[in-house]
Amino acid sequence: MRPDLMVVAGMVPRGSRVLDLGCGEGDLLEELIVARGCRGQGVEVSDEAFHACVARGIAVVQADIDEGLDFDDHAFDVVVLSQTLQAVRRPAPVLREVMRVGRVGIVSFPNFGHWRLRLALGARGRMPVSRTLPYRWYETPNIHLCTIRDFEDLAGAEGLRVGGRRLLGEDGRAAPAWAERRPNLLAAGAVYLLTR
Amino acid sequence: MGVSVGRVETQRAVLFTADRPLALDSGAVLAPVEVAYETYGRLDADRSNAIVVCHALTGDAHAAGHHGDPAKRGWWDSIIGPGRPLDTDRFFVVCSNLLGGCQGTTGPSSTDPATGRPYGLRFPLMTISDLVRVHRALIAHLGIERPLAAVGGSLGGMQALQWALDAPGELESAVVICASSRLSAQNIAFSAVAREAIMGDPDFHGGDYYEHGVRPDRGLATARMLAHITYLSEESMRRKFGRRLQDRETPRFGFDVDFQVESYLRHQGASFLRRFDANSYLYLTRVMDYFDAFADPVATARALEGTSTRFLVVSFDSDWRFDTAHSREIVRTLTTHGAPVTFREVASPFGHDSFLLDIPDYHRTVGTFLQHVHSTPAGVP
Repeated sequence: MRPDLMVVAGMVPRGSRVLDLGCGEGDLLEELIVARGCRGQGVEVSDEAFHACVARGIAVVQADIDEGLDFDDHAFDVVVLSQTLQAVRRPAPVLREVMRVGRVGIVSFPNFGHWRLRLALGARGRMPVSRTLPYRWYETPNIHLCTIRDFEDLAGAEGLRVGGRRLLGEDGRAAPAWAERRPNLLAAGAVYLLTR
Repeated sequence: MGVSVGRVETQRAVLFTADRPLALDSGAVLAPVEVAYETYGRLDADRSNAIVVCHALTGDAHAAGHHGDPAKRGWWDSIIGPGRPLDTDRFFVVCSNLLGGCQGTTGPSSTDPATGRPYGLRFPLMTISDLVRVHRALIAHLGIERPLAAVGGSLGGMQALQWALDAPGELESAVVICASSRLSAQNIAFSAVAREAIMGDPDFHGGDYYEHGVRPDRGLATARMLAHITYLSEESMRRKFGRRLQDRETPRFGFDVDFQVESYLRHQGASFLRRFDANSYLYLTRVMDYFDAFADPVATARALEGTSTRFLVVSFDSDWRFDTAHSREIVRTLTTHGAPVTFREVASPFGHDSFLLDIPDYHRTVGTFLQHVHSTPAGVP
């Protein structure tokens, strides 16, 4: 499993009812169900990832999360939006939907303020390609990149409280403690626990 | 994909008798109740590989294989057989004719033991739970405690859903295809017109046409023609018929069959008469009208909270009889109560009838889902 997903999994309470938006092939959900006693439900738009989930027995609804979520208010304890926010067409409404159907939201994204990306754009004048953002500009699924500061502004504007934050290094693992000094410059990504 | 199950025979069992009658939701009791059913594949030693197929409005027990003429296959032959999604090399598939039907199971055309005459409209009104009671009696009769799945499209999907609600945890899984948890006003309106056509036929005789030696054929054929329109999509009709005329170049300027689509509908109506009873049509459409699976929120919560039954819900994007919104409603309620749900809308140009067709993406979804349910005990993903 991707190391950043282990960080996300670590923030999900045991035994909770979890919705994973953009669940891919269900790696995170399988970890949560098998190792953490959660009840898991996925949403995934891609046909192949959908079939992969079905083949391994992950409950998955095929849907485009940009079109809103067909779930009742607070139907889930935790809604995970992992490395997906930057790929949706309308991040703010998606974030609102996350907080509508879940009591708690866990959102992770790559930090476009990371020094390596700033260097690529600022010094070299090139759209950055890195381990966390491995696509060239014309083939990237990421259309709404933001920095840690940008995201915190959005969360604040949406009236959300940050209940916890883990910074991620370039390898996707939890970043070393010194990154906390200048997160927007030193972290390659972040995972937020959001509450209302 | 795969081959057919080959030659099969319909079997019969008397599941309820005068000493042990069937108690219906309406309060009425019914006995005897005989059920026609077919089975395909072999039941495992531990009886854990049974899949119950629930048929739609006008289906019957003959779901797969043939009765002697290999060209005439059961109504769901495309999905049942060795190597097919309902893989008879792995699964023991059971399909029975519905209570209230007319193809071997007790229904309004059966003899009422109290009078010695066909029931007609004296047959009791039924609910989907009543249909499920009979399915459960049949699987008990076959020595099966926990079916791997109940699978059905349209009215069949409603039975699979109701089964999961009536007997929480009894099913390993429920596969609910192009169905609804409750009909819309538009759905009920179509049923109402169909019933008007039947009951307004001069040969209906208050449902006692059996004794008059006639049948309300015009009404029943009209009902079928109307229903058939709702089973196809606009696009599939355009592809199939367009505005082409039947056997001619120019219009006849009359009210006889002139367009190909008219001829097709007339054929559908006529061939339906050979296999279906008008009273059964009235009763089974009424069962659907009254269906409201999640009407009681307390019962729904009790049935679904912590259930071990896994759900697969499938809709088709061109189905306007029970469009995707109906399936989404089912998914929403199931997920609200924490039940694990797999759902997708499959692309198909063929409308409601898509569930009967060999659409690879649809078959792959059902087949993969059932394979996984079969390979893992409950609660393990």
